[in-house]
Amino acid sequence: MSDFDSEAMADAGVENPKLPPHLELRRTRVLCKADAPTSTDTVQYSGAYASLGVDNSLRFDDFRNNFRVQVNRISHEDMEFDMVGVDPSIANALRRILLAELPTMAIEKVLIANNTSVVQDEVLAHRLGLIPIKVDPRLFDYLSENDTSNEKNTIVFKLHVRCAERGQRLTATSNELTWLPKGSELLKTSESLTSTSKPETYTSFTCSQDSMPEFAGNPISVYPDIIIAKLGFGQEIELEAHAVKGVGKTHAKWSPVATCWYRMLPEVVLTEEIEGKKAELLKQKCPANVFEIEDLADGRKRATVARPRACTLCRECIRDGDDWEKRVSLRRVKDHFIFTIESTGALPPEVLFTEAVKILEDKCERVISDLS
Amino acid sequence: MDPQPEPVSYICGDCGMENTLKPGDVIQCRECGYRILYKKRTRRIIQYEAR
Repeated sequence: MSDFDSEAMADAGVENPKLPPHLELRRTRVLCKADAPTSTDTVQYSGAYASLGVDNSLRFDDFRNNFRVQVNRISHEDMEFDMVGVDPSIANALRRILLAELPTMAIEKVLIANNTSVVQDEVLAHRLGLIPIKVDPRLFDYLSENDTSNEKNTIVFKLHVRCAERGQRLTATSNELTWLPKGSELLKTSESLTSTSKPETYTSFTCSQDSMPEFAGNPISVYPDIIIAKLGFGQEIELEAHAVKGVGKTHAKWSPVATCWYRMLPEVVLTEEIEGKKAELLKQKCPANVFEIEDLADGRKRATVARPRACTLCRECIRDGDDWEKRVSLRRVKDHFIFTIESTGALPPEVLFTEAVKILEDKCERVISDLS
Repeated sequence: MDPQPEPVSYICGDCGMENTLKPGDVIQCRECGYRILYKKRTRRIIQYEAR
């Protein structure tokens, strides 16, 4: 039994009798057999173990005592952390919110003045849409259908590249997208344009964005070094790109994460002593290098589980016959999630996660107010 | 008919050189002699949805 088991049992309280070990194992672990995993579901019903006198109801205090988050690795664009003591549905809700419901800014409208490159306009526009924009989306509003583009809901970028050198190729990267804090510079050529009105652009900014305190001395940029197109001699691209706020469920370009996933904590238990040749064999079987050989005092060699976290559950170690399945028990801890977030660069991953929690909170509040 | 037909510039299909032609001119690139010339794209703004 792992430390986790004994911890969980200590927390169960004096009143509540413990489940017998074989049931506790099935309640808290997914058991991975050679053919298929078993006991994969979580036991939700409060009276599931009533006949044994064990209360299986979910208590808020238990959650508060057992829930824990531990950050394993963090940088400005990705993080891994352990989230312990939650139901898979909560972990999955957070994952799905991160993927599809956290807003970011992304290029939505592309106004092409000239494009003589081999990349077609539509393809070019699509490529531009996928470029991550490094700006906090919380500083902007959504642009609704009958809104005009203004400094609160639109970011304008300009791209003007031309390959002027004979026999050369020019690579246009996302670095060449320049931010236009004053809004669009392209003039509308509308038929209704009267001589009295001054020429209209595609946006109606009331002030320059760089005069706003958030962006003063902090220009909006995009993720650098992304290739947009390659130009041959004489080819030119001149366009304006308008970025707006959106969420990942509308289009994946608004997803703030490159990806975001979790896996359950693997648990590898040797149910009997594995020594000598068999230990060597076991170590060699595992492609994730989970096992290690331990030298005993009397010269014998014994297999130990050195890196259970590295286990990918490939089940190589239990493949050759029933006896291996009896020796090695592969399990997953049902309420322990190793969560990984890879940000696209708009917000750091830890901020993304806290924002996701806020969205989940809002959703819960909405449900509560609907019910009351 | 227009009294002074405006010269139109074309792009060579081979070398990418810009060529200005008047009516009656030989359709041939002045730089490389290639005989396929393309009309320039409109400068009018075309709007696309980045999806």
